[in-house]
Amino acid sequence: MSSREDILNSIRGIQREPKPLPDVPDFRMNSDLVKQFTVSLTGNKAEVMDASAFESWIKTCGMNRIFSSVSGYKRLSTVTLPEDPHDLENLQLAILEGQFGVAENGAIWLEDAQLPHRAMPFITEHLVLVLSKERLVENMHQAYEKIGAAHSGFGLFIAGPSKTADIEQSLVIGAHGAKSLRVVLV
Amino acid sequence: MSHPQAAAEFLKDQVKAKWHDETLWFVRDKRDRISKTIPEWENLRNLASEIKDHTLSRLDFYLEEFEKNALKNGIQVHWAKDAEEHNRIVLGILQKNDCQAIVKSKSILTEECHLNPYLEKNGIEVVDTDLGERIVQFLNQPPSHIVLPAIHLKKGEISELFHEKLHTEKGNEDPTYLTQAARIHLREKFLKAKVAITGVNFGIAETGEFVVCTNEGNADMGVHLADVHIACMGIEKLIPRRTDLGVFLRLLARSATGQSVTNYNSHFRSPSPGKEIHVVLVDNGRTAQLAREKFRNSLKCIRCGACMNTCPIYRRSGGFSYGSTVPGPIGSILSPGLDMKKHSTLPFASTLCGSCSDVCPVKINIHEQLYEWRQEITKTHGELGKSLSMKLASGIFKSPLAYKISGNLMRSALKNLPKSLIYHPINSWGKGRNLPETPEMSFKDWFKRNRP
Repeated sequence: MSSREDILNSIRGIQREPKPLPDVPDFRMNSDLVKQFTVSLTGNKAEVMDASAFESWIKTCGMNRIFSSVSGYKRLSTVTLPEDPHDLENLQLAILEGQFGVAENGAIWLEDAQLPHRAMPFITEHLVLVLSKERLVENMHQAYEKIGAAHSGFGLFIAGPSKTADIEQSLVIGAHGAKSLRVVLV
Repeated sequence: MSHPQAAAEFLKDQVKAKWHDETLWFVRDKRDRISKTIPEWENLRNLASEIKDHTLSRLDFYLEEFEKNALKNGIQVHWAKDAEEHNRIVLGILQKNDCQAIVKSKSILTEECHLNPYLEKNGIEVVDTDLGERIVQFLNQPPSHIVLPAIHLKKGEISELFHEKLHTEKGNEDPTYLTQAARIHLREKFLKAKVAITGVNFGIAETGEFVVCTNEGNADMGVHLADVHIACMGIEKLIPRRTDLGVFLRLLARSATGQSVTNYNSHFRSPSPGKEIHVVLVDNGRTAQLAREKFRNSLKCIRCGACMNTCPIYRRSGGFSYGSTVPGPIGSILSPGLDMKKHSTLPFASTLCGSCSDVCPVKINIHEQLYEWRQEITKTHGELGKSLSMKLASGIFKSPLAYKISGNLMRSALKNLPKSLIYHPINSWGKGRNLPETPEMSFKDWFKRNRP
């Protein structure tokens, strides 16, 4: 007998009472989404800015290896998209578009459609996510409602820069992934 | 070594033990504060508990659903009855891909299966990429906490270790500097690895996808640069629907570290073109635990570690004192199911205060199960040290005369006996305890005199 059958058969042989699967309410509160989203992201050590603040930051940030896939900011790209994500090793800044944001925790949803390479938001030294103010939801329940049955091979919530506290619980930003996250709300 | 013996070792360094206690309590406190900002927190715990109960009641069905949908997505699914089969499957995939070096993000399951030593024996270099796990790997130690693997170490020790392994400046203990050194060291490993291994936080039956949560981004750095992603998943990690993720992702990070969500929450559904994703579904004692009705719901655990951070015993004895892959209260109810003899002291490493059950995001009745395991263990392993004194006590409490005489005797004995008799090596009760002040007379005598 295969291990698969073995495991399934041992489970089937166990007497269990049926237990109902509950419905999940959406716990809507109608809070100020932009305000809560900004508070959450700041708490996660990300920075929230508007388009003009971003324009002035980019002029002074001193980065020259930039890739942008965001319409409106494509002019900022200085590198072309390589075929192999390993070649992004020295990328200083990736500018990507977020699909929507979650106010309660600052998480921003991206799928394959927003990711030229799945590795890009991780391998880049710094990350900028551009997101429309109109595309905020209150909490994770509404977030999954919004994702619905959409089929993407890969999807992720990013809520801040790469961080760790594994050395004596001291928070350090920039473990393996992006050392900073800036969110441009337009 | 029994839990009390190992705990005594940990407590030898009193300054560090105090730091450990206070630091974990700080994490517990953060969890409390953030949970209070969510008005529906208790509803979420109930929902999470009910969803997991339901899943376990139909685990065979959901496993088949998960497999069916994962296969549809182009994920390759493997089944392993035990640790050995799991390790063989992983090695097989590595050999097929001609792979000599892998990167691995945090997976308690692979610790449980002792995957690292197995692969190393077969000539594969394994690099744990979570910073805490890399630190303990350098020291040839297992993690001492499931969420904070290196919580038993101070930065001075890590600085010395990194000086030796990564050639950092001697004496530089700055966590930012040390983390940066690890970043450079691990980036090189990420760029070279052809295969990356991750654990799984949640497998979703409805879609055949699985979710991996990290703060460092190490899981994603590994898998998106590698050609092959192997995800090792215990069969209890399943949940039925995508919607259920809303409940669990709201609870997980808040319970674990007091943050609102982990910074990276990756949903893997199908491989990138030209790449492979494998999921290894592992039993290794889980169906046996499912069959034990009293202990069944320990399988609801989502590995947040909240029960460790709150436990007065864990905080004061350290993760290694448990001698099991998962330490702390939850480990003490999971491990006896795997090897009751080896882990027979663990259910006694508790005050039964119930704090673990109070903070558990999926409402496992941990302290009640600890009590239940004590009954099982006492039945199986027979006479314990305390049984003789219990029989004696029972005789005394049954006879009023015996009670009166022994009471008088005890009051004078406690005052007059030499300390060496109480703090004696064979009297384990005396360890770490002080005797109470003895009253002049019994309550009965006092009552006679004062309430005529």
